[in-house]
Amino acid sequence: MTSPDPMAEIRASFFIECEELLEAMQDELQVMDDGADDTETINIVFRAVHSIKGGAGAFGLEPLVRFAHRYETVLDQVRSGHLTVEPDLLKLFFRAADHLSDLVRACRDELDMPDAEGQAILTELNKHVTEDETEADEEIDFQPLGLALDFDLPDLPDLDATPDNSSPQSGFRITFAPEPEMFETGNDAVPILRALCDMGDCKVTCHTEKIPTLVELAPETPYLWWTIDLHTQAHKDEVTSVFEFVEGLCSLTISSLNDGMTTGETLPSLLELETPAPDSELLPITEEPLAPPIVERKVSTPPPTAAKSVVRVDLDRIERLVNLVGELVINQAMLAQSLESSGLSPHSDAMNGLEEFQRLTRDIQDSVMMIRAQPVKSLFQRMSRIVREASAAVGKDVRLITEGETTEVDKTVIERLADPLTHMIRNAVDHGLENTQDRAAAGKPAEGQVRLTAAHRSGRVIIEVSDDGGGIDRPSVMQIAIDKGLIPADSALSESEIDNLLFLPGFSTAGTVSDLSGRGVGMDVVRTSIQSLGGRISISSNRGEGTTFSISLPLTLAVLDGMVVKVADETLVLPLNVVAETLTLSAENLDEIQPGFNVVRVRGGFVPLFDLGLQLGYRERRDSYVDSAALLITQEDGTRAALIVDEIQDQRQVVIKGLDDGFYRAPGIAAATILGDGQIALILDPSDIIAQASTDIMPAPALQKQEA
Amino acid sequence: MTLEVLAVDDSRTMRDMIRLALEPAGFTVHTADDGVHGTEVLSGITPDVIITDINMPRMDGFGFIDAVRDQSSHRATPILVLTTEAAPELKMRARNAGATGWIVKPFDPAKLVKALQMVAG
Repeated sequence: MTSPDPMAEIRASFFIECEELLEAMQDELQVMDDGADDTETINIVFRAVHSIKGGAGAFGLEPLVRFAHRYETVLDQVRSGHLTVEPDLLKLFFRAADHLSDLVRACRDELDMPDAEGQAILTELNKHVTEDETEADEEIDFQPLGLALDFDLPDLPDLDATPDNSSPQSGFRITFAPEPEMFETGNDAVPILRALCDMGDCKVTCHTEKIPTLVELAPETPYLWWTIDLHTQAHKDEVTSVFEFVEGLCSLTISSLNDGMTTGETLPSLLELETPAPDSELLPITEEPLAPPIVERKVSTPPPTAAKSVVRVDLDRIERLVNLVGELVINQAMLAQSLESSGLSPHSDAMNGLEEFQRLTRDIQDSVMMIRAQPVKSLFQRMSRIVREASAAVGKDVRLITEGETTEVDKTVIERLADPLTHMIRNAVDHGLENTQDRAAAGKPAEGQVRLTAAHRSGRVIIEVSDDGGGIDRPSVMQIAIDKGLIPADSALSESEIDNLLFLPGFSTAGTVSDLSGRGVGMDVVRTSIQSLGGRISISSNRGEGTTFSISLPLTLAVLDGMVVKVADETLVLPLNVVAETLTLSAENLDEIQPGFNVVRVRGGFVPLFDLGLQLGYRERRDSYVDSAALLITQEDGTRAALIVDEIQDQRQVVIKGLDDGFYRAPGIAAATILGDGQIALILDPSDIIAQASTDIMPAPALQKQEA
Repeated sequence: MTLEVLAVDDSRTMRDMIRLALEPAGFTVHTADDGVHGTEVLSGITPDVIITDINMPRMDGFGFIDAVRDQSSHRATPILVLTTEAAPELKMRARNAGATGWIVKPFDPAKLVKALQMVAG
């Protein structure tokens, strides 16, 4: 082994490769599950397992090798047509693939091996291996720890029948006569003779008597043969191993020098023994027939470059770049502001240059964000495993349908989505879908469906988890909430308000708490994690048809298109994408429908109107809002509300600076940013503010938290 | 003596390992991702010895050996097969396809070097 560094690097790259292989494997197993497989499908799965095994062997990851080997054996039987893939076997393949990825991760992170699970799967796999193959496997069992170049063939008969009783001090007489096949496989006599000479004191005799006259000479027929007297300390096995590649392609005898004289076969050659063969002269002739007209043509065209080259970069470096670009955006905003305040004409060169500068910054920013963006595919694949495990645990037949796997999302977002999504998927399988009898009774196919989709929509990523189950049982949800004292017994709630009760801390609808999702982690935790990503989650459900949870996330955690507003002399930023339009309030479009609760008429509809300054506690209620400016906010679920502000200042990109745990988590405040003039401004979460505001005028205060 | 090697394997890890084993020993290493890629790379170089995996997409090791042996200039180029199994029938199959020898994975770098020198002279 060379220095540990390159090995550690290769090891790291091996695990990355494993992830890719496992992903490819999942894809192909899915193809098989969809019944769209061809012969290449199983080959890809086989190769993936095979490559993992190969690499694992190189790093001495024995448990991984052992499991991969058995898995591979069964796959090979499918590949060779000895085994057909029944649904049960496919399920086993999925389980084995899951376990394989567990093993890979355990090996990578040096965790404990999930042995019990592995043993169970191995037992299952063994059932599919025919008896004799199992045994054959044991015999040739792959030895991962011995980094050995296996030159000897322990299971082949000895090349020579002579019992090996030679003492180490002795030597061997070897007769060696190549057959044409030896050269056809690219072997050559010279290296073999050279290797023998390296082993000790060697006397090589070349026999040339078979060489015919030039007229009769067939160029590719080997005519030469050799007798070698080798005085060596080496064991006979070592001598034999020199001939490993040519064994069967030449006539060969190896006998101990002590009793060599009695070996009948070698007798004829003894006659020639005394005439020392002119090795040096003759050897080139032997080379002649093997590789005759190789024209040393140095082709001038450069070798084709490897297909697509990928650079692996430390995430820290990217983080640094992202931060720097963030600073650049802030800096640029500052520059823009100072140029504007200097009273330059908007058509001056400086202002034109600034515009170009802004465009470039935006491009750089997009490109940097693209580096961090990854398709959600890996996340979705993990979810398909969750579905398999969850459905097996509750005994439901469930199919996961994924859409939009190529949708790219910030890497951090993907990582932090795994837990909430896992929980939602489990919920969908456990609570969302009815059991098989109920499905049959409702006239639905026995196999339940969970759909997981991702898509880009107006600058955000929308991820939806939906099931075709029974939908939310609203009366029962209501009842539970009342029983638990979460809402007053006489509450009159709309359907969406009832649905939102699910997000209350400590809420659980399942009549029976199963192992699966009844783990004390509720939807409130899911909602909190989504919100910490700057996202929102909403529910829609139709009784008898199913439930959809929709998560809406910002594309990136770093930058936001914002609208800068002033409220009570405070500068605030609202995400631009929720602002549908700006309104000017007038006596005509303003209505007070109850004391302190105004609505604004927007194109024939009424929209609740809230004073941002009042909601944030900056000021008291005003008597009249006529002539104030308001922003019409459209929320994820389509509901609208208008927020009153004092002044709309600007639309610009702002760099999000997260408020860490040291800050009080004020409702309605999502994060902060630094503006062009160096001032710090809070970034608002309009949905949260509207939810807060709505509860102030609602009869049920307990409801306030779930209306995100 | 600097030997020029073409290593064909679909596993990046394995290609890296081969490179790591051979370059310090003074070999010039070219790599290819599968049989098809291997024949492409081969058209631009004249390696002294070829190492190939068996299980590969697009064109497997046996196909690749065939393709190499079909070129008159590579009739006698030594080809070593990388195999994870020491099964005799696998070796026989490799030989029948025209392989010169075999290396059992995982390999010891020193022995790989020795094996290459053994076949490539």
